[in-house]
Amino acid sequence: MQLSLVSSWVETIRKLPSSDGNLQCPVPVERYFLIISTVCFFAAVVHTVIELRAKVFRPMRFNFFAIGVGYVFQTAFLWIRGQELGRCPITNLFEVFAFLAWSVALVYMLVGSAYRLSLMGAFTAPLVLLLQGFALIAPIDIRHSGTVPANSWLEFHASMSLVAYGVFALACIAGVMYLLQERQLKTHHLHSIFYHLPPLTNLFAVITRLLWWGFALYTVGIVSGFFTGRPLPRIQVVAAIALWLLYAAILQARHLKWLAPKRVAALCIIGFSAALALLWGITFTAELHHVP
Amino acid sequence: MNLFCIGLSHQTANVATREQFAGNATAESIARDAGCAEALLLTTCNRVEVYAVSDTRISTEEIARCLIAKPDRNQDNYAPPFYRYEDSKCVQHLFRVASGLDSMVVGESEIFGQAKKAYESARTSGAVGPYLHRLFQRAFRVAKQVRTHTDIARGAVSVGSVAVELAQRIFGKLSECKVLVLGAGETSERTTRALVSRGVTDLRVSNRSSDRARDLTQGVGGRDVPFDDWVAQCREIDILLTSTASETPLLTSEVLAPMLRERLDRPLFIIDIAVPRDVDPSVNELEGVYLYDIDSIRSVAEQSLALRRQQIAAAEAIIAGHVADFFDSISRGLNRLSHATEHSAIGENPLRASEL
Repeated sequence: MQLSLVSSWVETIRKLPSSDGNLQCPVPVERYFLIISTVCFFAAVVHTVIELRAKVFRPMRFNFFAIGVGYVFQTAFLWIRGQELGRCPITNLFEVFAFLAWSVALVYMLVGSAYRLSLMGAFTAPLVLLLQGFALIAPIDIRHSGTVPANSWLEFHASMSLVAYGVFALACIAGVMYLLQERQLKTHHLHSIFYHLPPLTNLFAVITRLLWWGFALYTVGIVSGFFTGRPLPRIQVVAAIALWLLYAAILQARHLKWLAPKRVAALCIIGFSAALALLWGITFTAELHHVP
Repeated sequence: MNLFCIGLSHQTANVATREQFAGNATAESIARDAGCAEALLLTTCNRVEVYAVSDTRISTEEIARCLIAKPDRNQDNYAPPFYRYEDSKCVQHLFRVASGLDSMVVGESEIFGQAKKAYESARTSGAVGPYLHRLFQRAFRVAKQVRTHTDIARGAVSVGSVAVELAQRIFGKLSECKVLVLGAGETSERTTRALVSRGVTDLRVSNRSSDRARDLTQGVGGRDVPFDDWVAQCREIDILLTSTASETPLLTSEVLAPMLRERLDRPLFIIDIAVPRDVDPSVNELEGVYLYDIDSIRSVAEQSLALRRQQIAAAEAIIAGHVADFFDSISRGLNRLSHATEHSAIGENPLRASEL
């Protein structure tokens, strides 16, 4: 009901005549939602920086609230764009980054509250800001001419993989928090943030759970890719399987206690960096080969 | 009506002076002897303060005479070591004291309990009326707000509390931690008690003299481990607390490294409070090991204190807001009270008549 209201409101704005009398709005309306969302995440980052500089950092409700509002606008953007395309809005790099940022915020809101990791918001907001900021600034919102036929398996494969990336992003953030806390404990130099970061063992437990969740979702994403009925570029398939193997290796090493928690935390950061590079590569090659 | 505070603290008088004025009077006796409408006596090891409300101005000298054990008739002036705050300054001072800003260790929370105890004692004796009741209730509220909204009480400042704080930052809940105490000295006993008070149940004590180890285990719970077997315990334990009189390091990287391979996913927290040190400093280089000697524990305590001092400005801002608000309300109450006193029937308690 509310979504249909938003939809009709968006349609009304679209039809408003611009200064030159043209009925087309120069900037897609849904893009404004993404801009507002980015401003919310920017506010969370600024709030954190101010508090850190004043050395009175407290993981207060502001971050969670700002991220929550940002998430609502992200969702509105994706929903409107999806309505317009008639499919899951991941047809170009701009949409992929917005969808990934949405996944990160979603997983944070699920994980952050479940594990009482309110401070995670202070680390999540910059990542989302980076992803959305890049999506908005870079000229990557290229609309493909003609309607792209929807393929439910392909959409499922892509969206599931992106949500898995969101989980890996949170594991990466928890890894950064772990390394930060570990470094302070090792060097005996304790910053104000030390007293707000979760204990090392709790952080490591969260990292492990996120790795398992991300791995499971990514496995589902990869397997569903084989049911799309379309030939995918070999390099994409190889790179995706390589990333899957990397996370499988991290989890196996963790399970068999071959790696110290510090190394697992570092590998989470490396893994997510690789995932981002892969995402870029997949979207780039998809555009080259006109694969939606 | 006058609201005032007269007192001396660690900042204005040494312990020899403070002890002359401590423990000789009660809130009730001060109210009676000095002629105050309300009085409250706050006595701690660092301060002796009287908070009072009176119709007429009462001199500092008079309050000092009420506090001293044996007033010296030849001494004319007791006032010099005392400070005096009136009205809004008095309110501000109490809020600062209750919040721990005026304490020797900034941000310590003991003063909050002491102020509550003093208030309860004065209330029970009937020395506290509506003014001081409102003042102290607000002070407790302000102190809680300061602690919640700033980092003034963050960080530990003693060996035991630093050890507990660090252990909690590594392990979270300490109830599942296995602790080995090596050397049963006084400081290690205090630190052990601090760990046990935070939930440690699996406690092992190893000492060259097994009698001393047994004494400690009987005192705080746990079991004693033969001194020759303590190294092997490093495979299982999470926290090692050492304080032996050994002249050479008992634990080195070479000894510990092979054992760590078997427990790669579990951190080991070592607190070495022995001088000379029991644990070779190179052990801190091992992955998953967090070694703190007495100097690093002191350094953490100093960092905590520095962090607390950085919070003073934020705490003062909270207090300033409350002082302005409270003094406004109390001034309005005082005016209403004066008005009520002029018109009230004889025998009616003007303080009860006020809305304060």
